[in-house]
Amino acid sequence: MRHDHLITAKQLSREDVESVLDRAAEFDADPAAFGDRHPDAILGLCFYEPSTRTKMSFETAIKRLGGDAVDMGTVESSSVKKGESLADTARVVAGYADALVLRHPSQGAAKMVGEFVDVPLLNAGDGAGHHPTQTLLDLYTIRENAGLDDLTIGIMGDLKYGRTVHSLAHALTNFDASQHFVSPESLKLPRSVRYDLHEAGANVREHTELDDILPELDVLYVTRIQRERFPDENEYQEIAGEYGIDLETLEDAKDELTVMHPLPRVDEIAPEVDDTEYAAYFEQAHNGVPVRMALLDQLLEGDR
Amino acid sequence: MSDHQLRVSKIPRGTVIDHIRAGQALNVLAILGIDGASGETVSVGMNVPSDQMGHKDIVKVEDRELSQDEVDVLSLIAPEATINIIRDYEVVEKQYLERPDRVVGVLSCPNHNCITNADEPVDTEFEVLDDGVRCEYCETIVREDLAAHIAVE
Repeated sequence: MRHDHLITAKQLSREDVESVLDRAAEFDADPAAFGDRHPDAILGLCFYEPSTRTKMSFETAIKRLGGDAVDMGTVESSSVKKGESLADTARVVAGYADALVLRHPSQGAAKMVGEFVDVPLLNAGDGAGHHPTQTLLDLYTIRENAGLDDLTIGIMGDLKYGRTVHSLAHALTNFDASQHFVSPESLKLPRSVRYDLHEAGANVREHTELDDILPELDVLYVTRIQRERFPDENEYQEIAGEYGIDLETLEDAKDELTVMHPLPRVDEIAPEVDDTEYAAYFEQAHNGVPVRMALLDQLLEGDR
Repeated sequence: MSDHQLRVSKIPRGTVIDHIRAGQALNVLAILGIDGASGETVSVGMNVPSDQMGHKDIVKVEDRELSQDEVDVLSLIAPEATINIIRDYEVVEKQYLERPDRVVGVLSCPNHNCITNADEPVDTEFEVLDDGVRCEYCETIVREDLAAHIAVE
């Protein structure tokens, strides 16, 4: 892969994905063995929203490669609080670092910052837009558990605002995957994602009931129904339970079904699922480090 | 002499935008930033009978020729329009509109959470689709009522 920035999963070809995942597998086998890969590299972390997994996995990844991270800190403790624009903050941090990671609540923020900085930029989530590095670790997890071809995947929950869903859907168009989207009517895929999937000729179906498709699935990717998106609490309560899973829900699933979730979960997956062979979501979170090591390795290598 | 010639007389110099879809003349004025405050002499005909279109709107702006950006946005809401440059009461140039690949800085994004609606140094940029436009930043697709999203200063 040779991109200056990673803004959306649409940039990734099948070859790009496979290249990152293959390299990630090498790092995954012995993550402590690569401490001399990028000994002088500094990664700038600009997180305008709270994050646990994404931020810590990027920080761990750069340290595993021998580099270090500089962190803008919280919005409240930074110059953003004084009214500094995102464009200015990013340019300043880009002056300190060899690559930037940006998480921001506004859609399109990463694309805009990419126009202002001359070091590689990684979009770590822009509002309801995209989250391409999450997608790479999702694909790594899917490949490990179910393979990436002849795949039937169900993606359930908040499909409208779920950025991990949008990026994953785009990336899966590179593979022989049937995509089944399960959500309440009010949280269906946005028009722009449907447009891209249609343009890509993707094999896509939409459902409101998981039961309609569950027995066919190799992978079930669950996301959180975001309570805060509903103007009416009663409307949320009516549908919330229907889009969660427990052992009873999974009775009709294939034995080899892989259940994933980008985390954090609230009540979409009952804890009783955690200890079953279905559960891959903690493994998925763990995979963030080797996958981000692979991605950083490629971007920093290309930057030399 | 036809009805519309009676209603909207010839101008000495400027631009005549003809064959505007009926009902769109006020949006054309909005695109051109014309609200009457800057003193330009403007004639507007609305729902004028037309052999070609049944009814059409027509806008005549004196002492002004349009920029390419203005023409690009006009093509989105009035694709059938013709632009006539007038000098000494004569049409010296007739331009048919072509839809551009993208329009920059002239439409605002309806997605309030788009970075172009934050206080950042960035122009809006829309890809022109067959049946609408798409924000290059947040990817929101707008198909209906484009004129409502014209960013008028």
